[in-house]
Amino acid sequence: MQSLTNRATPVDRRPMNLWEKLYLPAIFKGMAITLGHIFKKKATVNYPEETRPFSPVFRGLHILNRDEEGRERCTACGLCAVACPAEAITMEAAERLPGEEHLYREEKYAARYEINMLRCIFCGFCEEACPKQAVYMSETFAPSNYQRKGFIYGKDDLLIAHPQKSITENKK
Amino acid sequence: MDFTIDWYFLIEKLLLISAVLGISLLVAMYSTWGERKVAAWIQDRRGPNRAGIFGLLQPLADGGKLFFKEEIIPSHANRFLFVLGPSLAMLTACLTSAVIPWGDSLTIGDRIVSLQIADINIGVLWIMAVVGMGVYGIMIGGWASNNKFSLLAACRGASQVISYELPMGLALIALFMLSGSLSLKDIVEQQREGVWYIVLQPIGFLIFLICAFAECNRTPFDLPEAENELNGGYHLEYSSMKLGFYLFAEYINMFISSVLMATLYFGGYAFPYMDSLGLDGNMLTILGIVALFIKTFFFIFVFMWVRWTIPRFRYDQLMKLGWKILIPLALLNMLVTGAVVLFRQYGI
Repeated sequence: MQSLTNRATPVDRRPMNLWEKLYLPAIFKGMAITLGHIFKKKATVNYPEETRPFSPVFRGLHILNRDEEGRERCTACGLCAVACPAEAITMEAAERLPGEEHLYREEKYAARYEINMLRCIFCGFCEEACPKQAVYMSETFAPSNYQRKGFIYGKDDLLIAHPQKSITENKK
Repeated sequence: MDFTIDWYFLIEKLLLISAVLGISLLVAMYSTWGERKVAAWIQDRRGPNRAGIFGLLQPLADGGKLFFKEEIIPSHANRFLFVLGPSLAMLTACLTSAVIPWGDSLTIGDRIVSLQIADINIGVLWIMAVVGMGVYGIMIGGWASNNKFSLLAACRGASQVISYELPMGLALIALFMLSGSLSLKDIVEQQREGVWYIVLQPIGFLIFLICAFAECNRTPFDLPEAENELNGGYHLEYSSMKLGFYLFAEYINMFISSVLMATLYFGGYAFPYMDSLGLDGNMLTILGIVALFIKTFFFIFVFMWVRWTIPRFRYDQLMKLGWKILIPLALLNMLVTGAVVLFRQYGI
């Protein structure tokens, strides 16, 4: 039979000579190799204390951006949801009422905006599709959770902090 | 007949026994930590490092876990024997330390305290006997579990330990031809004055080392506890501290084997140029203890090192190595040693 690659080498089936039959040289060789591994650099990263450095183009968890005055940029146009190949994004639009100009940048906004992080494939198409620079991908990844519903991120989880408010006010 | 109790002697021995037991348990405890660290390093990992600095509290956490686990005794198991198994394993593991000379003697006031619990003139014979008894722990535990995998592992364990006791005994006989004494103290003192017995008995030491691996059920001879073919071996049905006793007994055995190797072949508490340092007795004794423990820890490391290097033997290979290679080699070693001893005594 002709081989596929020409790289096949026949197995060495010669009987072992005395040196090989002693086994001990081979064992010492193996032990030298394992001893060498003790002093090698460890592959493990001490996770909570150190993190593996990400590439500058890493696509992590999404955030919903605000403008300089702290108004939500998203207008619920739905382009991100259309672009999403995994169909992970859903939203509900609402009209801005008078007196809400300090909350929302344009006349329409997302009353509900959800991304299912279990469906999301972190391709970044939503980020590219967004005409208002409202969706960005950050450099963190979704923390673990015990339930599926914990992975459906709503506006509370996605919106970034208000730039002009303190931490406690943002928490509310 | 005048009969008085030497209270100092009694207290001294009691203290020594508790110290030796405590140290054996402590070393065994931290061997589990060391084992995991060495395994991790060899596999380019870090090993336990969460519980305390360098993970030093890990053995305590493991022990605590074992203590608080639910104790399950299978309904078809023989209860008495089921409990006897791990107890016996632990007992035999602890008994061996009685005859090992941990150091020379200390002088406290006008008393000379020997750092050996019992200097009996059949020291090594005692160790062989107790180690031979250790197989009962495996046998009884495996049989009483009423589980075919446990029984299979117990049978393997029993035949393995018996097979490897023979070459071990034969290797030691060659050593005794040179030393002329079975007392471990005498053997150490001879090495203190002369050369270490590793120089005179390299093949004997190699056979002893291989057999020690087999007697402790360590890789490459860990067939009685082969996880992937016997679901864990003879302690398959055991849970909580009874399992802990079995595992712990293995580590104590490892410690004792390491001490024994250091004592028989590497000079025990004696170290080179010991008597030309010009130190006084007590100082020298303490240094000797340190030397013994350094040698011991090295051998414990070798045990671990080998475990994470060499894969397990197949059963027929194990038996072939024991009966067809080690026993003839040990016999040959014995014959050559005997011939040399005779030649040196009488000439031709």
